[in-house]
Amino acid sequence: MTNEADANAPPTPGHRLVRRRGRQLRERFIEVLLFLAAASSVAITFAIVFILVKEALPLFREVSLLDFLTDRQWTPLFDDAHFGIMTLIAGTATTTAVALLVAIPMGTVIAIYLSEFASHRLRETVKPILELLGAVPTVVFGYFALLVVTPLLQTLYPALPGFNMLSAGLVMGIMIIPYVGSVSEDAMRAVPMHLREGSYAMGATRLQTAVRVVMPAAFSGVAAAWILGISRAVGETMIVAIAAGMQPNFTVNPLEPAATISAFIVQVCLGDLPHDSLGYKTIFAAGLTLMLFTLLFNILGYWLRKRFREIY
Amino acid sequence: MVELAVNILDAAPRNEPAPAALKAESRNLNFHYGGFHALKNITLPVFDHSITALIGPSGCGKSTFLRCFNRMHDLYPGNRYQGEIVLHPDNVNILDPQVDPIEVRMRISMVFQKPNPFPKSIFENVAYGLKVRGITRRDQVAAKVEQALRGAALWNEVKDRLNDLASNLSGGQQQRLCIARALAIDPELILFDEPTSALDPIATASIEELMLELKEQVAILIVTHNMQQAARVSDHTAFLYMGEVIEFNETKKLFTMPDKKQTEDYITGRFG
Ligand SMILES: Nc1ncnc2c1ncn2[C@@H]1O[C@H](COP(=O)(O)OP(=O)(O)OP(=O)(O)O)[C@@H](O)[C@H]1O
Ligand SMILES: [Mg+2]
Repeated sequence: MTNEADANAPPTPGHRLVRRRGRQLRERFIEVLLFLAAASSVAITFAIVFILVKEALPLFREVSLLDFLTDRQWTPLFDDAHFGIMTLIAGTATTTAVALLVAIPMGTVIAIYLSEFASHRLRETVKPILELLGAVPTVVFGYFALLVVTPLLQTLYPALPGFNMLSAGLVMGIMIIPYVGSVSEDAMRAVPMHLREGSYAMGATRLQTAVRVVMPAAFSGVAAAWILGISRAVGETMIVAIAAGMQPNFTVNPLEPAATISAFIVQVCLGDLPHDSLGYKTIFAAGLTLMLFTLLFNILGYWLRKRFREIY
Repeated sequence: MVELAVNILDAAPRNEPAPAALKAESRNLNFHYGGFHALKNITLPVFDHSITALIGPSGCGKSTFLRCFNRMHDLYPGNRYQGEIVLHPDNVNILDPQVDPIEVRMRISMVFQKPNPFPKSIFENVAYGLKVRGITRRDQVAAKVEQALRGAALWNEVKDRLNDLASNLSGGQQQRLCIARALAIDPELILFDEPTSALDPIATASIEELMLELKEQVAILIVTHNMQQAARVSDHTAFLYMGEVIEFNETKKLFTMPDKKQTEDYITGRFG
């Protein structure tokens, strides 16, 4: 087709060719630039993983992987050093569980309300406000947990220590609510209207339609929101470092203080440990563990999200 | 037009069953989408145990009219009904704000243009209306589901895979599933909005056949773009144009001797 058009256009085909070539070069250049930008972020990610692995390896020359995974103490800075990462994982798991007990029900209820019940105007007002919650710096949430929520909980349960995983987990949950709510709401709103109409036409109420038709239809998207929420809770640092204490403590009792993986890393980074000490190396092993967890949840969330997109 | 219906009723000899009892009728129905006046003064009868077809060019208001019967417009803000749709034998105006739209939808069900099965199993799809109505006894639900699937001529094809996802069915099967879903709740009137426009001729024929069987039990109001379909299946036909009823008559008459020039032009394909 283009050949024909060129043949039919008698004047100065050469000029056209030259111009096109210039444009092509420019586009090629832009393309390469964009590729480099994209590639650099991937490269940096791989570099981080590489450094983590490289720096963590020396630790495993002195501590067996079995000890690392089964020892019930984490005291890398003591003379009697123990390297049981499970201690930190228990702290992370406990604060995460408390946070999810808040964020998943609340976030999902908010999503159902905004997507299926709220008027258009209300939704357009509430959603940005909700998303603003996500813009509050986590250090503010951390102090809120330590200085407001913990004293409040102590009036209910006076034996609660000043640092505890309950308060940190609750506030972390509050922090994640908008995230879970907003992603779930997107998933629910993507459910085509004709499905809802089908349900209403059968005589269903709004709640029945939301719970029995919209939720199942949006399920993988909603599940992705939950899982991305988990991954945020697992990686969250500031709140737990401030409010849960930094004492490694092998427990899943949220009423006790404990250190999470992330909190331990902060603690060591801020300390004055010599950089070639074994204690210092442990933060790379801890970081690697943390990264594996969040990576796992992110991949799971990404996969679910993609699957739900494919449905419609 | 309503007078016509009443006359037919009056003319019927007392000892014989009335040939066509009214199931519903719209009286001076006006409908507005916000500022847009979509239906103008529509007065039309819907006879029981018969099929009433709505034809007319795209955008003339067929779907809008159909969706008044189950108050579907209530789902969106800014929509406004005026006038009445009276449901018989109760003689109640279902557009009355006092009337609960859910109660209306419990008696009048609908089949959409595009098959819209829920993301559930075949069984759960058909059982949906029952569950929504609080009917949960297993044997009762199972019996109803089977009856509805048989009624929709789908039972033999799906009886061995009732727990499969409905989305695994073919388009024609999905549409019959939606009909089964609509049947399971024992409706008095079923609304069909271009139910076969997404289907091939064989699936279309089976659904038309189905409608002819269904009218023994229920009243049917169907929107169709397919003139042959209206002529084949319906007993009465209304021709709508720009939100108004141009002509309503027995299908045979409307297609052979239309009163209005516009109707004739439309059914002979000269416009629209
Ligand atoms: N939600 C809406 N808001 C505003 N106007 C609408 C809306 N839905 C439909 N309309 C308008 O109302 C008129 C009637 O629409 P309707 O869908 O009833 O037509 P139809 O006869 O069913 O057409 P088709 O044969 O294409 O389905 C059209 O002019 C349409 O543009
Ligand atoms: Mg339509």
